[in-house]
Amino acid sequence: MTTTETTPTVVPDFGDDDNDRKICFICSKGTLDMAYPALIMANGALGEGVETHIFFTFWGMDMINKATVDDLQFTPLGNTAMHMPPGWGKLSEKHMPQGFGGLPGMTGMATKMLKKQIAGLDVPEVPEFLELLVNMGAHLWACRMSVDMMDLEKDDLIDGVEDVINVSEFIDLSDGAQVIFV
Amino acid sequence: MTITTIAGKDVHVNDEGFMTEYDEWTEDLGRELAANIGIAEMTDDHWAAIRFLRSDFAEQQETATLRRVTKVGGIPTKQLFTLFPKKPAKKMAYIAGLPKPHGCV
Repeated sequence: MTTTETTPTVVPDFGDDDNDRKICFICSKGTLDMAYPALIMANGALGEGVETHIFFTFWGMDMINKATVDDLQFTPLGNTAMHMPPGWGKLSEKHMPQGFGGLPGMTGMATKMLKKQIAGLDVPEVPEFLELLVNMGAHLWACRMSVDMMDLEKDDLIDGVEDVINVSEFIDLSDGAQVIFV
Repeated sequence: MTITTIAGKDVHVNDEGFMTEYDEWTEDLGRELAANIGIAEMTDDHWAAIRFLRSDFAEQQETATLRRVTKVGGIPTKQLFTLFPKKPAKKMAYIAGLPKPHGCV
């Protein structure tokens, strides 16, 4: 027989009184595989009630540019950690020879595979993910210099982007925050 | 295993105070759990979310994540943050007498 004891009620601490934590992600990459880390961590932070900002710069602009956000790519080229596809037994444990990465159609195939794996985990695609984060209260910012360099306007960016800000404004708003560069 | 008394009923809970037995939960208990974490009044909107979590758990054997509550349960994410401020996923699970969600997204 299992022994049980009756104890006073324990109420979980949801940290309602902690208001000082803030986290800022800098997204500097525009590849599909490098888009996800910040989005997943931002989602976790928002779910924990942490004030969350995401600053998009340089190649990361592709994540918020309406023209590119639906078409982020993943390539095995130059990625020495790339394995052979899953389901090939022992061979799947081997790294993919770099030469394969340069074959025509490889980027398309790798992108398709990665998207399938991500969808399999019920994780949304990047545009839907960004919309979800905004609905959770995330603040999205575009880098002024990148916008100018790429000849973009605010209207070229997805709706969730609050503003185009320069680096000193970003340094200001990240005061006291944990900053994570991706 | 720990037993505690909530709303006059002996129920099983874990170290953090989350209920561990699906069938021990009642709406009266849910109301008391909500009050414990500062939600004094459970409106119809609060209950809609909690009832979705309960019925979804019965089917999936897993607590719905926020995205699932929005996508499958049809309750906007923004509204969940208004109803259960700051940590809606965990707060809803607590009130619904379910484990914390395991998924990252």
